[in-house]
Amino acid sequence: MKNKQDENFRKSLQQAMPPLQRELQRDLWPQMLRRLEQRAPSVPWFDWALAVLLVLGLLLSPNAIPVLLYHL
Amino acid sequence: MPVLEGQSDVARQFALGDLEAFETLFRQYQSEVYRWTVRIVRDPGAAEDLTIETFWRIYRAHARFDPGRSFGAWARRIATNAALDYLKTRRVEVELPADFPATASPDPQIRRELQEQIRAAFHKLPAKLQITATLALVEELPYKEISDALGISVGAVKLRVFRALRQLRKNLKHLGVEP
Repeated sequence: MKNKQDENFRKSLQQAMPPLQRELQRDLWPQMLRRLEQRAPSVPWFDWALAVLLVLGLLLSPNAIPVLLYHL
Repeated sequence: MPVLEGQSDVARQFALGDLEAFETLFRQYQSEVYRWTVRIVRDPGAAEDLTIETFWRIYRAHARFDPGRSFGAWARRIATNAALDYLKTRRVEVELPADFPATASPDPQIRRELQEQIRAAFHKLPAKLQITATLALVEELPYKEISDALGISVGAVKLRVFRALRQLRKNLKHLGVEP
Protein backbone atom coordinates (compact mmCIF):
# COMPACT_ATOMS: atom_id res chain seq x y z
CA MET A 1 0.00 0.00 0.00
CA LYS A 2 2.78 2.32 1.06
CA ASN A 3 4.76 1.44 -2.09
CA LYS A 4 1.73 2.16 -4.27
CA GLN A 5 1.32 5.54 -2.59
CA ASP A 6 4.99 6.29 -3.15
CA GLU A 7 4.68 5.27 -6.79
CA ASN A 8 1.64 7.52 -7.30
CA PHE A 9 3.41 10.35 -5.58
CA ARG A 10 6.48 9.88 -7.77
CA LYS A 11 4.30 9.97 -10.89
CA SER A 12 2.65 13.19 -9.73
CA LEU A 13 6.07 14.67 -9.13
CA GLN A 14 7.30 13.66 -12.59
CA GLN A 15 4.19 15.17 -14.20
CA ALA A 16 4.70 18.38 -12.26
CA MET A 17 8.22 18.86 -13.59
CA PRO A 18 8.37 20.78 -16.87
CA PRO A 19 9.74 19.06 -19.98
CA LEU A 20 13.40 19.80 -20.54
CA GLN A 21 15.66 20.74 -23.40
CA ARG A 22 18.24 18.10 -22.55
CA GLU A 23 20.69 18.72 -25.36
CA LEU A 24 23.12 21.59 -25.42
CA GLN A 25 22.13 23.88 -28.29
CA ARG A 26 25.41 25.74 -28.78
CA ASP A 27 29.12 25.56 -28.18
CA LEU A 28 29.94 27.17 -24.82
CA TRP A 29 33.68 27.48 -25.44
CA PRO A 30 33.56 31.20 -26.47
CA GLN A 31 31.79 31.96 -23.16
CA MET A 32 34.32 29.86 -21.30
CA LEU A 33 37.18 31.76 -22.90
CA ARG A 34 35.64 35.07 -21.86
CA ARG A 35 35.34 33.77 -18.30
CA LEU A 36 38.97 32.67 -18.32
CA GLU A 37 40.11 36.05 -19.62
CA GLN A 38 38.02 37.98 -17.11
CA ARG A 39 39.19 36.00 -14.17
CA ALA A 40 42.74 35.17 -15.09
CA PRO A 41 44.61 34.40 -11.90
CA SER A 42 46.46 37.53 -10.78
CA VAL A 43 49.16 38.07 -8.18
CA PRO A 44 47.64 39.73 -5.09
CA TRP A 45 48.92 43.24 -4.28
CA PHE A 46 50.43 42.14 -0.97
CA ASP A 47 52.61 39.58 -2.76
CA TRP A 48 53.99 42.39 -4.91
CA ALA A 49 54.50 44.52 -1.78
CA LEU A 50 56.39 41.68 -0.08
CA ALA A 51 58.59 41.21 -3.14
CA VAL A 52 59.39 44.93 -3.25
CA LEU A 53 60.20 44.96 0.48
CA LEU A 54 62.47 41.96 0.07
CA VAL A 55 64.39 43.52 -2.82
CA LEU A 56 64.72 46.83 -0.94
CA GLY A 57 65.92 45.02 2.17
CA LEU A 58 68.55 43.13 0.22
CA LEU A 59 69.73 46.31 -1.50
CA LEU A 60 70.02 48.16 1.80
CA SER A 61 71.79 45.33 3.61
CA PRO A 62 73.62 43.04 1.16
CA ASN A 63 75.12 41.16 4.11
CA ALA A 64 71.73 39.54 4.56
CA ILE A 65 71.98 37.81 1.17
CA PRO A 66 74.16 34.85 2.35
CA VAL A 67 71.92 34.42 5.39
CA LEU A 68 68.84 34.36 3.16
CA LEU A 69 70.47 31.90 0.76
CA TYR A 70 71.45 29.69 3.69
CA HIS A 71 67.83 29.54 4.87
CA LEU A 72 66.53 28.79 1.37
CA MET B 1 30.91 9.51 -20.17
CA PRO B 2 32.79 8.81 -23.41
CA VAL B 3 36.24 7.29 -23.31
CA LEU B 4 38.27 8.73 -26.13
CA GLU B 5 41.60 7.76 -27.62
CA GLY B 6 44.52 9.77 -26.38
CA GLN B 7 42.42 10.96 -23.50
CA SER B 8 45.03 10.05 -20.92
CA ASP B 9 47.62 12.26 -22.66
CA VAL B 10 45.17 15.13 -22.78
CA ALA B 11 44.29 14.54 -19.13
CA ARG B 12 47.97 14.57 -18.18
CA GLN B 13 48.54 17.80 -20.06
CA PHE B 14 45.47 19.31 -18.47
CA ALA B 15 46.70 18.38 -15.00
CA LEU B 16 49.85 20.35 -15.80
CA GLY B 17 47.73 23.40 -16.61
CA ASP B 18 47.82 23.25 -20.41
CA LEU B 19 45.05 25.46 -21.85
CA GLU B 20 44.79 23.54 -25.14
CA ALA B 21 44.25 20.30 -23.23
CA PHE B 22 41.60 22.06 -21.18
CA GLU B 23 39.87 23.20 -24.37
CA THR B 24 39.95 19.64 -25.73
CA LEU B 25 38.38 18.31 -22.54
CA PHE B 26 35.86 21.15 -22.50
CA ARG B 27 34.73 20.35 -26.03
CA GLN B 28 34.52 16.64 -25.25
CA TYR B 29 32.58 16.99 -22.03
CA GLN B 30 30.53 20.20 -22.21
CA SER B 31 27.45 18.37 -23.48
CA GLU B 32 27.74 15.68 -20.81
CA VAL B 33 28.11 18.25 -18.07
CA TYR B 34 25.20 20.28 -19.44
CA ARG B 35 22.93 17.23 -19.70
CA TRP B 36 23.75 16.25 -16.13
CA THR B 37 23.24 19.76 -14.79
CA VAL B 38 19.97 20.43 -16.56
CA ARG B 39 18.53 17.25 -15.07
CA ILE B 40 19.22 18.68 -11.63
CA VAL B 41 18.33 22.35 -11.99
CA ARG B 42 15.53 21.89 -14.61
CA ASP B 43 16.41 25.20 -16.29
CA PRO B 44 18.38 25.24 -19.58
CA GLY B 45 19.67 28.80 -19.12
CA ALA B 46 20.89 28.13 -15.60
CA ALA B 47 22.36 24.82 -16.76
CA GLU B 48 24.45 26.61 -19.41
CA ASP B 49 25.77 29.06 -16.82
CA LEU B 50 26.48 26.21 -14.44
CA THR B 51 28.33 24.30 -17.16
CA ILE B 52 30.66 27.30 -17.49
CA GLU B 53 30.95 27.55 -13.70
CA THR B 54 31.75 23.83 -13.49
CA PHE B 55 34.55 24.10 -16.04
CA TRP B 56 35.86 27.22 -14.35
CA ARG B 57 36.13 25.22 -11.10
CA ILE B 58 37.71 22.37 -13.06
CA TYR B 59 40.26 24.71 -14.59
CA ARG B 60 41.21 26.18 -11.22
CA ALA B 61 41.53 22.70 -9.71
CA HIS B 62 43.64 21.24 -12.55
CA ALA B 63 46.57 20.52 -10.24
CA ARG B 64 44.37 18.35 -8.03
CA PHE B 65 43.17 16.19 -10.95
CA ASP B 66 44.61 12.69 -11.06
CA PRO B 67 45.07 11.82 -14.78
CA GLY B 68 44.79 8.14 -13.91
CA ARG B 69 41.15 8.59 -12.95
CA SER B 70 38.07 9.35 -15.01
CA PHE B 71 37.79 13.00 -16.02
CA GLY B 72 34.08 12.53 -16.68
CA ALA B 73 33.32 11.26 -13.18
CA TRP B 74 35.38 14.09 -11.67
CA ALA B 75 33.57 16.66 -13.82
CA ARG B 76 30.19 15.21 -12.85
CA ARG B 77 31.04 15.50 -9.17
CA ILE B 78 32.08 19.13 -9.58
CA ALA B 79 28.96 19.85 -11.66
CA THR B 80 26.81 18.36 -8.90
CA ASN B 81 28.42 20.63 -6.32
CA ALA B 82 27.96 23.67 -8.57
CA ALA B 83 24.29 22.75 -9.05
CA LEU B 84 23.89 22.28 -5.31
CA ASP B 85 25.32 25.76 -4.66
CA TYR B 86 22.92 27.16 -7.25
CA LEU B 87 19.90 25.46 -5.66
CA LYS B 88 20.91 26.79 -2.24
CA THR B 89 20.80 30.38 -3.48
CA ARG B 90 17.90 30.17 -5.95
CA ARG B 91 14.87 32.05 -4.72
CA VAL B 92 11.53 30.27 -4.76
CA GLU B 93 9.31 32.60 -6.74
CA VAL B 94 6.06 30.67 -6.64
CA GLU B 95 4.03 31.22 -3.50
CA LEU B 96 1.76 28.56 -2.13
CA PRO B 97 -1.83 29.78 -1.70
CA ALA B 98 -3.79 28.46 1.25
CA ASP B 99 -7.06 27.87 -0.64
CA PHE B 100 -5.94 25.21 -3.07
CA PRO B 101 -8.29 22.29 -3.99
CA ALA B 102 -7.57 19.18 -1.96
CA THR B 103 -7.51 16.57 -4.69
CA ALA B 104 -6.44 16.16 -8.28
CA SER B 105 -9.11 17.24 -10.73
CA PRO B 106 -9.86 16.24 -14.32
CA ASP B 107 -10.07 19.96 -15.14
CA PRO B 108 -6.82 20.79 -17.00
CA GLN B 109 -6.62 24.24 -15.43
CA ILE B 110 -6.89 22.88 -11.89
CA ARG B 111 -4.49 20.06 -12.77
CA ARG B 112 -1.97 22.61 -14.01
CA GLU B 113 -2.34 24.57 -10.81
CA LEU B 114 -1.90 21.42 -8.76
CA GLN B 115 1.30 20.63 -10.64
CA GLU B 116 2.50 24.16 -10.01
CA GLN B 117 1.90 23.70 -6.29
CA ILE B 118 3.79 20.42 -6.27
CA ARG B 119 6.66 22.11 -8.09
CA ALA B 120 6.68 25.03 -5.68
CA ALA B 121 6.58 22.72 -2.66
CA PHE B 122 9.41 20.72 -4.19
CA HIS B 123 11.53 23.84 -4.65
CA LYS B 124 11.04 24.64 -0.99
CA LEU B 125 12.88 21.48 0.01
CA PRO B 126 16.45 21.97 1.27
CA ALA B 127 18.88 21.86 -1.68
CA LYS B 128 20.45 18.55 -0.64
CA LEU B 129 17.08 16.81 -0.46
CA GLN B 130 15.92 18.48 -3.66
CA ILE B 131 18.92 17.35 -5.67
CA THR B 132 18.68 13.78 -4.38
CA ALA B 133 14.93 13.58 -4.93
CA THR B 134 15.24 15.01 -8.44
CA LEU B 135 17.80 12.42 -9.46
CA ALA B 136 16.08 9.51 -7.69
CA LEU B 137 12.37 10.21 -8.13
CA VAL B 138 12.10 12.36 -11.23
CA GLU B 139 15.06 11.13 -13.25
CA GLU B 140 14.89 7.62 -11.75
CA LEU B 141 18.65 7.18 -11.72
CA PRO B 142 20.14 4.22 -9.84
CA TYR B 143 21.04 5.03 -6.23
CA LYS B 144 24.65 4.02 -6.89
CA GLU B 145 25.01 6.62 -9.65
CA ILE B 146 23.50 9.28 -7.38
CA SER B 147 25.77 8.32 -4.50
CA ASP B 148 28.85 8.61 -6.76
CA ALA B 149 27.80 12.04 -7.99
CA LEU B 150 27.00 13.34 -4.52
CA GLY B 151 29.96 11.68 -2.82
CA ILE B 152 27.77 9.97 -0.21
CA SER B 153 26.83 6.35 0.51
CA VAL B 154 23.88 4.57 -1.10
CA GLY B 155 22.32 4.38 2.37
CA ALA B 156 22.57 8.15 2.72
CA VAL B 157 20.90 8.58 -0.68
CA LYS B 158 17.99 6.36 0.43
CA LEU B 159 17.67 8.31 3.64
CA ARG B 160 17.60 11.63 1.78
CA VAL B 161 14.93 10.34 -0.61
CA PHE B 162 12.86 9.18 2.35
CA ARG B 163 13.25 12.55 4.08
CA ALA B 164 12.45 14.44 0.88
CA LEU B 165 9.24 12.47 0.36
CA ARG B 166 8.21 12.91 3.97
CA GLN B 167 8.83 16.65 3.91
CA LEU B 168 7.16 17.12 0.55
CA ARG B 169 4.06 15.26 1.73
CA LYS B 170 4.04 17.35 4.88
CA ASN B 171 4.31 20.60 2.92
CA LEU B 172 1.49 19.60 0.58
CA LYS B 173 -0.71 18.21 3.34
CA HIS B 174 -0.34 21.48 5.19
CA LEU B 175 -1.94 23.12 2.15
CA GLY B 176 -4.64 20.47 1.92
CA VAL B 177 -3.14 19.13 -1.32
CA GLU B 178 -3.03 15.35 -1.74
CA PRO B 179 -1.57 14.41 -5.11
